[in-house]
Amino acid sequence: MTAMIEIDGLDVTFRVKGHEVQAVKGARFTVGEGESYGLVGESGSGKSTILRAICGLAPVTGGTIRIEGRPLGPRRDKAFASKVQMVFQDPYASLHPRHTLDRILSEPLAIHGIGEHDRRVVAALESVGLPASFRFRYPHQLSGGQRQRVAIARALMLEPEILLLDEPTSALDASVQAEVLNLLWDLREERGLTYLMVSHDLAVVDHMCDRMAVMEAGRIVETLERPDLLAGRFRHPYTRKLFEASLAAGG
Amino acid sequence: MSGPFLTPLGRLSAWLTDPNPSSRLQARLGQAWLTWLRFSRNPLAMIGLGIILALVLMALFAPLLAPHDPLEQDLTRRLLPPLTPGHWLGTDEFGRDILSRIVHGSRITLTIVALVAVTAPVFGLLVGTVSGYFGGWVDAVLMRLTDIFLAFPRLILALALVAALGPGIENAILAIALTAWPPYARVARAETLTVRSADYIAAIRLAGASHGRIILGHVTPMCLPSVIIRVTLDMAGVILTAAGLGFLGLGAQPPLPEWGLMISSGRKFLFDQWWVATMPGLAIFIVSLGFNLLGDGLRDVLDPRSTSR
Repeated sequence: MTAMIEIDGLDVTFRVKGHEVQAVKGARFTVGEGESYGLVGESGSGKSTILRAICGLAPVTGGTIRIEGRPLGPRRDKAFASKVQMVFQDPYASLHPRHTLDRILSEPLAIHGIGEHDRRVVAALESVGLPASFRFRYPHQLSGGQRQRVAIARALMLEPEILLLDEPTSALDASVQAEVLNLLWDLREERGLTYLMVSHDLAVVDHMCDRMAVMEAGRIVETLERPDLLAGRFRHPYTRKLFEASLAAGG
Repeated sequence: MSGPFLTPLGRLSAWLTDPNPSSRLQARLGQAWLTWLRFSRNPLAMIGLGIILALVLMALFAPLLAPHDPLEQDLTRRLLPPLTPGHWLGTDEFGRDILSRIVHGSRITLTIVALVAVTAPVFGLLVGTVSGYFGGWVDAVLMRLTDIFLAFPRLILALALVAALGPGIENAILAIALTAWPPYARVARAETLTVRSADYIAAIRLAGASHGRIILGHVTPMCLPSVIIRVTLDMAGVILTAAGLGFLGLGAQPPLPEWGLMISSGRKFLFDQWWVATMPGLAIFIVSLGFNLLGDGLRDVLDPRSTSR
């Protein structure tokens, strides 16, 4: 298995009004090709910041990020865009409120000079289970689950190999959550995608991921494989706390 | 829904409110139609719109509507009071018909308003979005520049500019446009700061979009409603500034029937022949009121914070 994403000693430091806040401290993990890797932790533990750092949306202050073995510089170019895409947590905030779905989905194509907008946009809608008749709707005419499907379709427009999923279901109703997770699962099977998924919900990660890292206060405290999780074989007390919390929540 | 039972108008309405539009044009028109439906429910805003439409029609058909030549002098019929047959709003000190002068003056007013409305907000929008989007030293330089313009009272700055450029209607428009843009830059920057860190901007950046594409295609549409509202509400101020410049002899020059100039020339007779100054004053008042009512109505329907997400 070749490594798609290698994170090596990653530090992310935000500077807020003279204070330095170290959101990620020396994170280190590797995601193989076609693998689904989970980052778990409570809010503020730095897991989403790692995704944002990969996309160039958070200030990297130390360590390296390698995609397919090549280290990333400070800027993300179009080649990066066609290799790595991200699905954001809140589908109410990640779609432009004044653009139709058609524009949202065809704009990545326009940026990369890819033709056949009509065919590709309709195909993209259908691949995430939305009817082609939705094409000229605005986001406010869709439900939360439908919006997240659009966000997934947009991330797939450039046919990337890696999808970064930032709590893709936490803003959705429980019943819709399962549908979106199944869609993500199917898309990975079909296209051989590599997933790096962030969640605070162990049940979601257990459903989706083969391996996972547990984060607390910016540090990775433990890495687990799925059998370890199922058998309850954790070494770190924080992992146990998370596990018990997710059991209590309904799983 | 659709069928032989619908009138053509009903079919148009069904087409506009179709939940599944079949083209971008239909989607956009449908949204515009919904906005219009909300706008038309506000009676005061409709009055404002009516006043502005009346102004536009008056300017378009001024030669047909005006009973007399606005420049034709007749000293035997000078300073006639209102309701004189043939001169319903009276005549001024040269015997010119005031109604005709007001009707023709609407062309000047509208020209000023239109030219200011297409220049100042565009410039302000550009400065504000660029400033807010890039931040850092770009923001610092552009905003300090804006502050310098904002530090002077608008009329004083316009006066200084006209005094330097020379009196005249073109220079008055230029001066007003040059002094009107800073508030738009401020509004656009504030709006840009709220959307800059939104996920949909991050998403398009992640797709590899250039800064120009993001600013024009993604940031500007979010700033536009606030700026349009601001422009409409400012138009009353623009008319007053233009009239003020005319009044001080720095804007339109005699014998042009500019409203501010008309007030200025009527000032000498204010106590005995009140109508000479009052009639153009009323015209300014009504048009300013119209723009304000329209702006208030637009704010209610266009403000992104008041519409559902």
